[in-house]
Amino acid sequence: MINMAELSKKHRSAESAQRLRKRKASQKRLVSYGILAITLSGMALATLLWSVLGKSAGALTEHHIQLEITLDADLIDVENIAQADFAKLTKNMLKSRFPFVSGRTDRREMNDIISAGAAYELRDLVTENPDMLGQTVAFDFLASDIADLYFKGAYGQIAPAPHQGELTLSVDGDRVSFIASTDDFAPYLAPSRARLLMRADELRIEAGLQENGRRVFTEQGNPAEAAKRETARDARIAEAEALEILAGQPDGFFEPDAFTSSIFLKLGQVWVQVETISANAGTGKILGDVESSIFAADEWQLLIYEDAPITRKVSDIQAILLENLREEGRVSKGINTHFFTSGDSREPELAGIWGAAVGSFWTMMVTIIFAFFIGVPAAIYLEEFARDNKFTRMVEININNLAAVPSIVFGLLGLSVFIGFMGMQRSSPIVGGMVLGIMTLPVIIIAARAAIKAVPPSIRDGALALGASDLQVSMHHVLPLSMPGILTGTILGMARALGETAPLIMIGMVAFIVDIPDGPTDNATVLPVQIFRWADFPERAFEARTAAAIVVLLAFLFAMNLTAILLRKRFERRW
Amino acid sequence: MIKMKTRNVDVFYGENHAIKDVSIDILDKTVTAFIGPSGCGKSTFLRCLNRMNDTISICRITGELLMDDEDIYAKSVDPVQLRARVGMVFQKPNPFPKSIYDNVAYGPKIHGLVDNKSDLDEVVEKSLKRAAIWAEVKDRLNESGTSLSGGQQQRLCIARAIATAPEVLLMDEPASALDPIATAQIEELIDELRHRYSVVIVTHSMQQAARVSQKTAFFHMGDMVEYGDTTEIFTNPVDQRTQDYITGRFG
Repeated sequence: MINMAELSKKHRSAESAQRLRKRKASQKRLVSYGILAITLSGMALATLLWSVLGKSAGALTEHHIQLEITLDADLIDVENIAQADFAKLTKNMLKSRFPFVSGRTDRREMNDIISAGAAYELRDLVTENPDMLGQTVAFDFLASDIADLYFKGAYGQIAPAPHQGELTLSVDGDRVSFIASTDDFAPYLAPSRARLLMRADELRIEAGLQENGRRVFTEQGNPAEAAKRETARDARIAEAEALEILAGQPDGFFEPDAFTSSIFLKLGQVWVQVETISANAGTGKILGDVESSIFAADEWQLLIYEDAPITRKVSDIQAILLENLREEGRVSKGINTHFFTSGDSREPELAGIWGAAVGSFWTMMVTIIFAFFIGVPAAIYLEEFARDNKFTRMVEININNLAAVPSIVFGLLGLSVFIGFMGMQRSSPIVGGMVLGIMTLPVIIIAARAAIKAVPPSIRDGALALGASDLQVSMHHVLPLSMPGILTGTILGMARALGETAPLIMIGMVAFIVDIPDGPTDNATVLPVQIFRWADFPERAFEARTAAAIVVLLAFLFAMNLTAILLRKRFERRW
Repeated sequence: MIKMKTRNVDVFYGENHAIKDVSIDILDKTVTAFIGPSGCGKSTFLRCLNRMNDTISICRITGELLMDDEDIYAKSVDPVQLRARVGMVFQKPNPFPKSIYDNVAYGPKIHGLVDNKSDLDEVVEKSLKRAAIWAEVKDRLNESGTSLSGGQQQRLCIARAIATAPEVLLMDEPASALDPIATAQIEELIDELRHRYSVVIVTHSMQQAARVSQKTAFFHMGDMVEYGDTTEIFTNPVDQRTQDYITGRFG
């Protein structure tokens, strides 16, 4: 027999107070977990945005190099300007501007500072203004990705180094020997010394291998082979010793190579690439007008390019040419219009996001038509009109299962049904949109059914009692009231569809498509696929463009969600 | 004059026999009250009169229900048209989340009762006036119907029901969710409406039934126990169960 009055006393007992404390503590714990989770996710989001935005900044600007080019009327056919070889014209112009660049490699590297797309831009300009023919015009050549990154400092920079001595020069052709009055170069020999010692170590290891060979052949009783190994071993040891001696000499001469910092001299306006160097002397190649180089001995600069050539994409000759052009004030920085107006390209400086953005737009249009305008009527039918029987229950289960099917399966479906069976155009937004539409359909149906269910029955009764037909009840009352919920589901589904890559790869939207699609039946790619492709490209300039493409994708998503939220606000009503 | 007539009506919810053999004559220009304890079937019976039970799939109705001597459950009768002629007001005010004007104009619009905007305006005004709410809302017809107070919302719902020009007005406990002042306003309104419509009202409050109705039917456990003039039922009930109920011995 329980005495209720005794139970009442328990409320004031110590155990009760203890229990209350426990309950309060557990609530506090839960709240702090929540705050912790929100903080962590906030930090993750901030890190993501910071890293993506930071990386994408580089893609926002591009560099142009203004150079005078003579549009030689002999080389360009007035009747057929488009066929003229503007690339060759550009190369010739560079050749005559920088006559000191010789050799195939150096010439090719020189040509590489200007984008391959610049010739096409020049062609378009001349096509539009044929009266330019025969004239010399100043044209803003688009810098190549290498030049662009160099100007942006991605490859380090050539920095002046302190020096005290006076320089004595003797010029022979395009070579110059120089002697400084003090040991100005001594601090910059360390990398070369280390490099020699490294090479010596390698040689000693090789010698060890030869020694192993010698022993094996000796044991096998093959003295001829053994003697060969011995000679090879000794040769390597001798070489290593010579290198070690050279590295140790305070006044030895070193040759900067691809693995050490590059050293330059600037005599007046003329650059010299140092080829051999000791603590106070050296030789180099004059990269400039030898004739005009009346070198003022007290007007010289020592310049060090800290990053070894092997670690950077820009070569010494390119760096010098770019520095030359920069000094002449020919380099200008501007908004990267190519990125926002062009389609895809293998040249990073010409690659743009616009093609993928338009592709995404058309794909999303098809997706929304397909998913929304099929999904919502389906939900209305299932919720408002369909009888509750085995068949509709099965349909419901299947729709729920469909929402959990991996997206690539929908890609396979699109490939076999739309492209294989129906013979539709592959890589086209219409097929991509239909695939994504089928993928999004269950999400929208489920969300729409939940939203329709949430409409109070009193509204339905009110409309029915006024003599509204079932369809009128659905269209006039249920649908507008459930629209906010339906749109929320649509946002979720569309956001997923916008970021989807796998099914689109299956239907060929991963192709390299340069042209901006004009409609849903043109070949196209979409933003996430473009990001996926660019992330895979080796050119460093694509790194910034990939990040910028992610920002564009996020902006696209934001715009889409904003539209949906505004629409939802319009439909949101109190009841 | 008899407006609606039912003969031997039985209603089943699946296995549950909710209404047992009810025959009643509902008079025109009269307020008829259905009273009875909770779960006695009075609301169910009310909903048979405009075929609102059609929306419940397990509900089955047998017997004869006539309106102006026309079978309202005949195949030729569309429930949509019937409901336009038999308006209904619910227990909880349920204005549409639209403007006050649109709430009232909805019925005339879907039934094509008027051809132009000025006629529609007139119907809306007349309906709101008959529902005794015109003075309160005439300056804010574009505001949402849901922004009104509970009593106002219920009168708006009555105006909405009137606007389709019905012949019969069914009211399912129209004042039970309202405060005494709003209740008094609604009761006054029902008394007004009697002059134009046949009004059937389900109520829990016997005082209300006594105040507003001329005829009263007492329901108990699915049976219509007694039907007659309100004064007769309240002063001189024939059946013991009626007497017990109105004297407050159960219910």
